[in-house]
Amino acid sequence: MTTQLLIAGFGGQGVLFAGKFIAYKGLMEEKEVSWLPSYGPEMRGGTANCSIILSDEPVGSPIVSNPDVLIAMNLPSLDKYEDATVSGGSIFIDSTLIGRKVERTDVKAFYIPATKMANDAGIPTLANMIMMGKMIKETGMVRFDDVVDTLKKVVSAKRANLLELNIKALEAGYNYNE
Amino acid sequence: MAEKVLMKGNEAIAEAAIKAGCRHYFGYPITPQTEIAAYMAKRMPKIGGTFLQAESEVSAINMVYGVAGAGFRVMTSSSSPGVSLKQEGISYIAGADLPALIVNVQRGGPGLGGIQPSQSDYFQATKGGGHGDYHLIVLAPASVQEMADLTIKAFDLADKYRMPTMLLADGTMGQMMEPVELPDTPPAEVEKPWAVRGTEGKRTHNIINSLYLDPELLEKTNFERFERYAEIEEKEAMSESFMMEDAEYCVVAFGIAARVAKNAVVAARKQGLKVGLIRPITLWPFPKKVLAEAADQVKGFLSVELSMGQMIEDIKLATACQKPVELCCRTGGMIPSPEQVLESIEKLAKENQ
Repeated sequence: MTTQLLIAGFGGQGVLFAGKFIAYKGLMEEKEVSWLPSYGPEMRGGTANCSIILSDEPVGSPIVSNPDVLIAMNLPSLDKYEDATVSGGSIFIDSTLIGRKVERTDVKAFYIPATKMANDAGIPTLANMIMMGKMIKETGMVRFDDVVDTLKKVVSAKRANLLELNIKALEAGYNYNE
Repeated sequence: MAEKVLMKGNEAIAEAAIKAGCRHYFGYPITPQTEIAAYMAKRMPKIGGTFLQAESEVSAINMVYGVAGAGFRVMTSSSSPGVSLKQEGISYIAGADLPALIVNVQRGGPGLGGIQPSQSDYFQATKGGGHGDYHLIVLAPASVQEMADLTIKAFDLADKYRMPTMLLADGTMGQMMEPVELPDTPPAEVEKPWAVRGTEGKRTHNIINSLYLDPELLEKTNFERFERYAEIEEKEAMSESFMMEDAEYCVVAFGIAARVAKNAVVAARKQGLKVGLIRPITLWPFPKKVLAEAADQVKGFLSVELSMGQMIEDIKLATACQKPVELCCRTGGMIPSPEQVLESIEKLAKENQ
């Protein structure tokens, strides 16, 4: 079993952090893991994406060009990767920032107003983790347990106050029903 | 062994170097390897080491030359254009028979090129790079774990053979994160009676030098160095063979290209094509024997590279052109897809039945 995840959005939306969380969760579930960021002359507001692969076997190419699961955090990302998503795959959309629907009929589409939910909950920087919560619920790519232990690996000790907020965001996404 | 942690390839190199006893790092920032310098800047002051951002790559490599002469484990890192700048110093270090590690996290070239991953410094790394008759031992990691393991190995080999070694990675390997386990074992203790650390009035002084104005003496020095190289070629070549037992076609790739190629080999096997992969881990010495043996077994080779085709020449040499060697490549920072490699495998199989 191999799951290829692509998280794409603007720089500053926490795309790389969200990917790192999933990768670490996979590692703690004793899966084979790779995490590869796009890198380049990127800046806040520019595009950012990251490829995460979780597998029961050693990971070959770490580059995800045809995701099983796509998280689109902005419209350019959906435009760019919708067609690349594998048939039968899942696309998760931040519907606060993306006005259109998925055109493909052979993929599962989930619409989460993550940016609005994050703003309303007073955690405006954590729309990424709301998306992760929903993704975990719908795909089972990783288990929704021991998330605190995983978060401790990816949230620096200096920012320990953010642990609870991340959990709040994950739970909000996990429990969100369209 | 310690617990597995997720690390970027660049960070794994830096931490592994520290584990290997390296306490002196000199560098100059350049994408996509800057995390190595950043990691060293953070860690070295805490463990009594030296981190120094030099005013240029040329300075950095000459600082490496100095510390290597004093007999301490030392390294520098850069990416392609920066490694070009270091070549003069690398030649001097080779000429003075000093151990040191140079890391090249390659990006697209020539010139300033781009910042995306590439393998187009293969010739520079394996065929000399600087002037004069010399080699570097060149190690090509294909996972973050190998970024760490081969860094430690590079220091050990450098000390063993008293020569500079190079870790030849690329932007993908540098930027990606994978689980990595770093060893807890202390670094190998190596006697360095040749080092210049002060005589304490007890012995005649050592000289570190690459200048030999007497041609007979220079020739003799070069002959002796090449005897060592012959021993290295005999003993130190490393490669991984994947699905080669019954293979009729052989893909050859290193580093990130080997990761992509592995996917393609698995896909080709599902179609019933008997394909295997040989992944050179040392690029110099090139795993000639393994390839020569494969030439007796397979009907053709496919070299997969992130360059216009450089390693392909070594494959042809190692196999004495007994079987066709085709090329599947992308360049300029592009990476072939597993599908592109698979198509090339299918074409190779069709043309060489």
